[in-house]
Amino acid sequence: MAASPHTLSSRLLTGWVGGCVWYLEGRAMQESPREFMHLFRSVRKQWMTFQHFTFLRRMYVTQLNRSLNQQVKRKPEPTASPFLERSSLAQAKAETCAMRPLPPPHLPLSRKPNDKELLELESASVIEGSLDVGRETKDEKQWKEMKLHLDDLPGVLARLSKIKLTALVVSTTSAGFALAPGPFDLPCFLLTFVGTGLASCAANSINQFFEVPFDSNMNRTKNRPLVRGQISPLLAVSFATCCAVPGVALLTWGVNPLTGALGVFNIFLYTCCYTPLKKISIANTWVGAVVGAIPPVMGWTAATGSLDAGAFLLGGILYSWQFPHFNALSWGLREDYSRGGYCMMSVTHPALCRRVALRHCLALIGLSAAAPVLDVTTWTFPAISLPINLYISYLGFRFYVDADRKSSRKLFFCSLWHLPLFLLLMLTCKRPPGATCAGGEPRG
Amino acid sequence: MAALRPCRRALVSPLCRAFSGPGCRLAPERAGERRDTAPSRVSGFCPPRKSCHDWIGPPDKHSNLRPVHFYVPENESPLEQKLRKLRQETQEWNQQFWANQNLTFCREKEEFIRSRLKAKGLELRTGSGQKATLDAEEMADFYREFLSKNFQKHMCYNRDWYKRNFAITFFMGKVALERVWNKLRPKQRKTST
Repeated sequence: MAASPHTLSSRLLTGWVGGCVWYLEGRAMQESPREFMHLFRSVRKQWMTFQHFTFLRRMYVTQLNRSLNQQVKRKPEPTASPFLERSSLAQAKAETCAMRPLPPPHLPLSRKPNDKELLELESASVIEGSLDVGRETKDEKQWKEMKLHLDDLPGVLARLSKIKLTALVVSTTSAGFALAPGPFDLPCFLLTFVGTGLASCAANSINQFFEVPFDSNMNRTKNRPLVRGQISPLLAVSFATCCAVPGVALLTWGVNPLTGALGVFNIFLYTCCYTPLKKISIANTWVGAVVGAIPPVMGWTAATGSLDAGAFLLGGILYSWQFPHFNALSWGLREDYSRGGYCMMSVTHPALCRRVALRHCLALIGLSAAAPVLDVTTWTFPAISLPINLYISYLGFRFYVDADRKSSRKLFFCSLWHLPLFLLLMLTCKRPPGATCAGGEPRG
Repeated sequence: MAALRPCRRALVSPLCRAFSGPGCRLAPERAGERRDTAPSRVSGFCPPRKSCHDWIGPPDKHSNLRPVHFYVPENESPLEQKLRKLRQETQEWNQQFWANQNLTFCREKEEFIRSRLKAKGLELRTGSGQKATLDAEEMADFYREFLSKNFQKHMCYNRDWYKRNFAITFFMGKVALERVWNKLRPKQRKTST
């Protein structure tokens, strides 16, 4: 029992602790009601038990740390009881460690500090060491068992397959399918939709499989499932295979072999060319642009069975769009790219990066004018798409001149709404069947 | 009271050493009590005794990689041991590379900022006491230089990483098949007798 030069402070602490206890009981109630009800019933008998106090202290420390630090939000562990966690003092720790397998109601409440002094001293010594222990406890709490729970699996697989990007890819494929001439074949469309979606999931999963240590080191990608250990590499590869095989099979035998071949080629291009090339040369951006251009071409070939001019136009539009989109995004990631060893234009050739982005914004205007020439759309299309094309070109120009984070972000966010709107306008101006442009035979 | 987990201390201690760093907070009483299951991090983490899975921790502050505490089963087969050793060794290798890479980056960045500010004739701290920084365009020179300087190092790392990643996944597949086979085999023996 230490002499108390700090008796006053410990009394103040007791009062403060009492207030904290009251506050934390309310918070704990919200977060773990079942455990808390067990606790509350036992606490009714003895006002404050040591374990109760330790639990609440830990809650306070974790809450404090959570509010101070930007951390990834932890999922609550449904089976772990707060009583079963180790406390700072060796004795209580030995007890709780030994009793780890026992459920909370059976824990003997050995420490019953009915004596107020004992409580004060405990609170003082515990709080003094609490920050240190809090840090260790916080560290311990951040350790997760690498056990795959089936109810987590859909979410994990969705993140592994970059489901939002896949949705965007599939929507460009659908646009390609819809813009192709000929009657709309719903079964064929659905097969193309599913097949392309599966192929995209497979490619994205393999990409993440290759990039684990790099993803860990970049802010944008550090919460991916393989980085966090939510899924094993074997399972990721198995999932990719289970998506790629049926996806390509659907496209090859359900749609047509050309679309299937394009699907396989695209998976190969993305996983075996683009992903490794990112560390080797800035040419990766051009390869990546081709990867983005192929899905609408696949949609077109699924509908028509052939690679004609319209398919190349759509591919060209998506190809050009990739540059303002990616170059603007990469402008703000230069530090992460440099540290991670990624060869990107924004790091190695910044002027080229901005020049290429502007060039392709202007190319979009040219491509929209080529659409009616190739009988894909009417002449209304270049006219009504001119405002958005001019706007993105203006932002591209601003990015080229200003070369700052603000202009890059504006260009990036513009590209996000520009593409869906552009494709929608194309759809509304689709060349009706039987009509042609000047000099062409009417289509049958 | 609980059954003691077999401890492969000889294998785990290099891992402990790999993860100990300037921020080491070893709690002596923890290490003493947990001698039977050696902690994978010097912060004293030990998984619960009943757990038979690996455990993954928070990102390391230097390498940003998450350390894994590998579970050692009692009846570990030679193949499982080979896989575990490969994973442990890859983890240490990765940890070393990225910790070194990130620390070098930070150090060289500081030096760059210092030298540029000096060239400009500015102080390291502004009048208000805040750290003076360079703008993105000036930093771009550093990023380009750093990337080209480390290009060869990254090429070697990437080649090794791809090899290791494929090897680990391949062995994981073999181990999974072995486990499935072992589960089926006793049943076969039972049906045959």
